[in-house]
Amino acid sequence: MSILELRQVSKVYGQGAAEVHALRDVSLDVGAGTMVAVMGPSGSGKSTLLTIAGSLEQPTSGQVLVAGHDLATMSRNDQARLRRQEIGYVFQDFNLLPGLTAAENVALPLELDGISARKARDAGLRALDALGLADRASGYPDQLSGGERQRVAIARAVVGDRHLLLADEPSGALDSANSEAVMRMIHAACKQGVAAVVVTHDAQLAAWADRVVFIRDGRIVDQTVPAPGPESLLRQDR
Amino acid sequence: MSVRHALLALLSEGPKYGLRLREEFEAGTGEVWPLNIGQVYTTLQRLERDALIESEDDDERDSPQKRFRITAEGQRQLAAWLRTPPDMSSPPRDELVIKVLVAVRVPGTDVHEVIQAHRRYLVELMQQWTRIKEADADRDLALGLAVDAELFRLDAVVRWLDAADGRIKRAAAEPPAPVRDNLPKLRNKTGATR
Repeated sequence: MSILELRQVSKVYGQGAAEVHALRDVSLDVGAGTMVAVMGPSGSGKSTLLTIAGSLEQPTSGQVLVAGHDLATMSRNDQARLRRQEIGYVFQDFNLLPGLTAAENVALPLELDGISARKARDAGLRALDALGLADRASGYPDQLSGGERQRVAIARAVVGDRHLLLADEPSGALDSANSEAVMRMIHAACKQGVAAVVVTHDAQLAAWADRVVFIRDGRIVDQTVPAPGPESLLRQDR
Repeated sequence: MSVRHALLALLSEGPKYGLRLREEFEAGTGEVWPLNIGQVYTTLQRLERDALIESEDDDERDSPQKRFRITAEGQRQLAAWLRTPPDMSSPPRDELVIKVLVAVRVPGTDVHEVIQAHRRYLVELMQQWTRIKEADADRDLALGLAVDAELFRLDAVVRWLDAADGRIKRAAAEPPAPVRDNLPKLRNKTGATR
């Protein structure tokens, strides 16, 4: 089932001589349980792709469907509800609220959606527990390491029953062990049925994805083909 | 890694039979690098001849049934080998670098498309290695280390392609600089001969 579908999406900023085509005719289909990585140099449009996929920005033309809903036909309120209920975001700089504990940060999107504080807190703790952070639940962001903060951000992105995870350079400045932990978590979320789009310029992160699409000057120019089994790399002599 | 040093390393853990060495040799590399198993027994004979290992008894049994132990000289040579950096000062002939350098000069060639073809191939390889890491690396330290090495190596090549992509794009946007004839020449970097 398709969770995110972009159909010939274009995005133009500015007008006339100052016109910038951030995206040109981008089509992308991300099914449930699939991780897609978007690779490209800075300025290639990959972050714009993510904000449009997350309904944080409107495309100039083309269609965006999330869980089968065409965003263009929805009211602003309905779009906001869809964002809260279906879409989780992970940013490079974590974006945790400093005055809230890890558990409160994770529970916040549910509370905003009208779920009782107690239920939201329980769901938040479960999400933290699933990511191995149960013992850090009452820690404030400045008491957590960078790796822990990003894991909290991922817990917040998948809490509740959200189906689309959008991540922009999710391992940011983390070291390679923490980056790998972050990618393992996103991968695990996908195995539970979440669809994920990860924007990155880092090939080691992108390699966790089921499919890697390459973007250049606002266009998708290429994508990886599904890999054969790992056997092809091993025991080549036997 | 040479068969010779692999065997010294396995014997540094304690005395072992030839057959056991052969089995461990197969498992010890994380099954990542194919190695010539056929060389195990002849190498054992040579190591014994050079007094780097010794067999526990002097009977005439063949290598699979003999038990070997490492000698003090063998330990010393193993320790020295571990600490000797491999030669990385003159990289091997790099076919990918040559292809990109040539692509820049062949009229009518979209260098960015050439670069992308290689980038995609490398990322696909990295996806395959990552699948292996995901499945097994936590249980098998040797495999985890070997897969990481492969991923970092391929990642470095992708980064070079990204840098080359950007450099070529910028060069196309700027007027060519006057040619200087006193530029230092790279030796052996691309295997080019002059």
